[in-house]
Amino acid sequence: MKSSKISTYGLLIALAFILSYIEALFPPPVPIPGIKLGLANLVVLAGLYIMGVKEAFVLSLIRIILVGLTFGNMSTMLFSLAGGILSWLVMSLLKQFKSFSQIGVSVAGGVSHNIGQIITAIFVTENINIIYYLPFLLLSGLVTGAVIGIIGALIIKRIKKQ
Amino acid sequence: MIKKNDILLIGAIVILCLAALAFMLLSRKEGSKVIVYVGGNEHASFSLDENVEYTVKQENGAYNTFIIKDGKVDMIAASCPDKLCVKDRSIHYSNETIVCLPNNVVLEIANGQKGDVDIIAK
Repeated sequence: MKSSKISTYGLLIALAFILSYIEALFPPPVPIPGIKLGLANLVVLAGLYIMGVKEAFVLSLIRIILVGLTFGNMSTMLFSLAGGILSWLVMSLLKQFKSFSQIGVSVAGGVSHNIGQIITAIFVTENINIIYYLPFLLLSGLVTGAVIGIIGALIIKRIKKQ
Repeated sequence: MIKKNDILLIGAIVILCLAALAFMLLSRKEGSKVIVYVGGNEHASFSLDENVEYTVKQENGAYNTFIIKDGKVDMIAASCPDKLCVKDRSIHYSNETIVCLPNNVVLEIANGQKGDVDIIAK
């Protein structure tokens, strides 16, 4: 592994860690399980465009394990993993099509993150009726995904210039 | 910059959500009882006609307290760290739920026959 790649990994993981900490400081605005800003997805999105598909997966995994051990527990880590992996998969696929901008890719990532989490919640509670939350979670994933996509596009443009 | 396909994707998600919300709004019925699930198993059920305060206590010390008042169910206290279940709205329509994921407790409104429900605590 080249040293420039190692330093980019280090930089992005540190950034993801700080963003997760900032997010943990603010309570979620709506009392629905799973709704949050998802600031750290900014880093996965940036990693996807700056480093690549495989690297974005590694970033996402390391972030979830680190943040889970620091701010969460095994249960929250399970939810983050389900959301994080599905979101990475969908974003990677959509990026290959090239007909979506970073905003579209990020929206798909935000929405699929919430889908992954609610599927996990259905398995954990063994209750299908909590799917009732899904439309609210999708809309929230859409809005946060769009915000992250717009900010992410600006960051990616600047880092790539260097 | 934003592309045409981004807009199409966003539009499709919004329409899907609005359709689902409209369906939920139009098809909802008043429920008649609340069922308490702990770890996926039915733990107790209460008629919405009674005014009750009940606490679900688990062996590991976790607890969730809810009340039934004026036919509505509301979580009023819980041991979980995020308290999302306490902040969540009160429920009374059939199939509505209040979920406490950290404690794995679900309150679900069901549509049993009026009057045939008493406290069934296991």
